[in-house]
Amino acid sequence: MKFLPIARTALVALRRDRVSLILSFVLPIAFFSIFAVIFGSRHDTVPKISVILVDEDQTATSRQLVRALQTEGSLTVSTKPPAKKNAAPPQDYTAATAEAAVKGGDVSVALIIPRGWGANPIAFGSTKGDSASTLQLLYDESDTIAPQMVGGLLQKAAMTSMPLTMAEQGMKYTSQYIGGLTPGQKTQMDANLAQLRELQAQREAEAAKPAAPDAPASSSASAGGILAVNNRSVVGENKNNPMISFYAAAIGVMFLLFTASGSAGALLDEAESGTLDRVLSSRITITGLLAGKLLFNTLLAFAQLTVMFLWAWSVFHLDFFSHIPGFLVMGLSTAIAVASFGLLLASLCRTRAQLGAVSTLVILTMSAIGGSMFPRYLMPPNIQKAGLFTINAWAIDGFTKVFWRDLPVSALWPQVSVLLSLAIVLFFIARRIARRWEYA
Amino acid sequence: MTAVDNISLDLHPGECLGLLGPNGAGKSTLIRAIAGRVIPDSGQITVFGSPAGSTAARAALGWIPQELAVYPRLTARENLRSFGSYYGLSGKPLDDAIAWCLQWAALEDRGHALTRTLSGGMKRRLNMAAGLIHQPRLVLMDEPTVGVDPQSRNRIFEMIEALRAQGATIIYTTHYMEEAERLCDRIAIVDHGRIIALGTHQVLVEDSFASRSQVMARFEGPADTLAAWVARHSGRIVDSTAEFSIDHPTQIAALLDSASIAGLQLVDVSLRRPNLESVFLHLTGRELRD
Repeated sequence: MKFLPIARTALVALRRDRVSLILSFVLPIAFFSIFAVIFGSRHDTVPKISVILVDEDQTATSRQLVRALQTEGSLTVSTKPPAKKNAAPPQDYTAATAEAAVKGGDVSVALIIPRGWGANPIAFGSTKGDSASTLQLLYDESDTIAPQMVGGLLQKAAMTSMPLTMAEQGMKYTSQYIGGLTPGQKTQMDANLAQLRELQAQREAEAAKPAAPDAPASSSASAGGILAVNNRSVVGENKNNPMISFYAAAIGVMFLLFTASGSAGALLDEAESGTLDRVLSSRITITGLLAGKLLFNTLLAFAQLTVMFLWAWSVFHLDFFSHIPGFLVMGLSTAIAVASFGLLLASLCRTRAQLGAVSTLVILTMSAIGGSMFPRYLMPPNIQKAGLFTINAWAIDGFTKVFWRDLPVSALWPQVSVLLSLAIVLFFIARRIARRWEYA
Repeated sequence: MTAVDNISLDLHPGECLGLLGPNGAGKSTLIRAIAGRVIPDSGQITVFGSPAGSTAARAALGWIPQELAVYPRLTARENLRSFGSYYGLSGKPLDDAIAWCLQWAALEDRGHALTRTLSGGMKRRLNMAAGLIHQPRLVLMDEPTVGVDPQSRNRIFEMIEALRAQGATIIYTTHYMEEAERLCDRIAIVDHGRIIALGTHQVLVEDSFASRSQVMARFEGPADTLAAWVARHSGRIVDSTAEFSIDHPTQIAALLDSASIAGLQLVDVSLRRPNLESVFLHLTGRELRD
C-alpha cells in the first residue's frame, strides 16, 4: 500500500485548485453536449441547401419546375439577392450574377433554366445535348454534397410536378419516332391528358400553400435523368485538390490556438517565478509587456501558418505562390487575433492546470463550431451562426476566399475587419484583467 | 492584515541599511513597496525625489527579489541582455554592463551556459547581477542569500562588499543577524510591520543593554530545577542553555555558586557581548528565528 500516500497527495493538491477540479468534471459534459448539438441534431435542424434559380425561359413549364423546387423542404430557393435596407429592391438573378454569387461563396449551387428549355424539357433522343434544352447547374466544388442533392431533387421535381408535360412530351416523341396514334387511341389519350391537367392544377393549388416547416428532406434523386442537366463547376475547377486549402486553414488555426495557449502558459510561469514582477519593476509597463508578448505570439503564429501552407504547397500542390498578398493579409489578421486570444487566456487563468482545462474547452469548442473539424456549411443553421463568434470561422472563410475562390485582397475586408476587431477587443479585455499583475 | 505599518526611513547616499526581522515581519513587503510593486494604503515613498513606481524611480532602483527571477531557458549573458534592454540599455553601454555584471558575479566563464544548468549559488549570483545591470543608484536586496550554502554565501558577501566599496547605496533585508552585522552600516529591526529600533549595531546593543554582557551556561540536572533557578535569576533558557545578562564579568562566579547550591552541575560556560539576536529578544520577547 505504498502507493496510497501518492494518490492521497495528488487528491489533496487537486482539491486545492477548485477551478481545475470543477473543470475536470464539467469539461467532458460540456464537450459531449457541444458535439451532440453540432453533429447529433434531429432531422428538423438538417441544414437546407441554398440554391439560386434563374428562369430565363419564363414558360409555363419552367415556372412549374421553379414552383416545384421552391416547395422542396430541403432547399432554400432564391431568385433574387436579399433586400438591403435603404436600397432599391434587388433585381432577379441573371446567369452572370448567379455565377458570381456561387464564385463569391454566397451559395454552393445555382440552377439556370435556359431560354427555349420549355419547348423540349425532357432529355430524349436528338434533343439530348441541345443547349436550349439543358439546364445549367453551376456549383462550388468545395461543397461535394449540395450539387448532387440539387441534381437529384431536380429530377424528382420533374417527375412529380410536371406529369402533364411528361405525358405530352411522351406523346410527341411517340408520334415522332413510331408514327401517329389511331383515332381511338388518340381519344383515350386526350381523356387521360385532361385528367392529368386536372391533377396538375390541383397540385399547383396545394403547392401555393405555405410549405410545412418540417417537410422531410428528399430521400433520393430519381435515377436516369429525365431532365438534361449540365453540371459545371465554377469555383475550383482548376484546383488539384479541393479541400487542401480548407484543411490547411482549418487545422492551422486550431493549432495556432493551442500554441497561443502554450504562450499563455509561459506567461503564467513567469508570473509564478517572480520574473514578471521583476520585469514590471523595470521601465516595462504591463501594457508594454502585453504588447511585446502580442508581437511575439503574432509572429510565431504567422510563422506557423506560413510553414503549414508551404507544406501544403510542397506536398499537396496548393497554389501558394500566386496567392501571397491574400495569404499575408489573412495570415497576419488571423495571427494577431489568435495572439490576443492567448493573452486573454493567460490573464483569465491563475494556474497552469486551470489554463489547460479552460483552453482545451474553449479551443476545441471554437474549432468544432468554427469549422476546423467539419465544414460549417454542413452544420445546422444555428450552429453556423454560432460559428461566427469564433476566430476559426472568420479565418477559414478568409483563407477559402484567397485560395479557393481566387478573390482579390479587397474582398477580404469582412474577415479582416472582424479578426482585427477581435484582436483589439480581446487585447483590451486581457489588459484589463492583467491589472492583477500590475501591483501585488 | 497590515503587512507594513507606519514606517519612516531615510537613507544616505553610499549607505547600506539592513532590515532585520523574522520571516513574515514585513521586510519584503516594504522592499516591494519601495520598488513600486505594492501600493501602500496610505503614506508615500519617494526615491531620489520621485514617487515610487514612477519611471524615474524605477530607473534609479535595482531590485533583487528573493525568488530566482531570471529566465531559465536563457543563458546568463542572454538574461543580462534582456534585463538590460528592459531598462533601455543597448549597444556598447549594454555590452559593457553585461561584462561588468559577469565579472562582478564571477560568472565570466559561465556566461554562455543555460541558466537552468547553473548551480544554485550561480543562479543566485546571476539573480543579483540582473538587478544591477543598469547601474542603479539604489539597490534593494531582498534576502539574497536565502537557500544558499555557506561557501556561496561568503562569495555573495564578497560581491556585496565589492559593490559597497564602489559607493553603492543598498537596502538589505535578512533574518540572519550575522549578515546584518557584517554588511550593514545601520540596521532597522522590523517586527509585525513596524520598525522597532534603528541605528548602528553598536547603538542598538547599547540602547538595549548598555554595557551589560551575556553569560551562557549549560548544566546537568533536573529540568524543572533548572527552570526555577533560571527564573529566579531573571534569565532564560534557549536550546537547553541558560542565558543571563550581567553588568560585570565578576558576577559570573556568584551565579555559578548559586547553581551549584541549587543542585545543578555546570557543563560549560561562556561570556559574550550582546548581539542583534539579543537586541531582538530584548525588544520583542521573541527570538529572531521564531
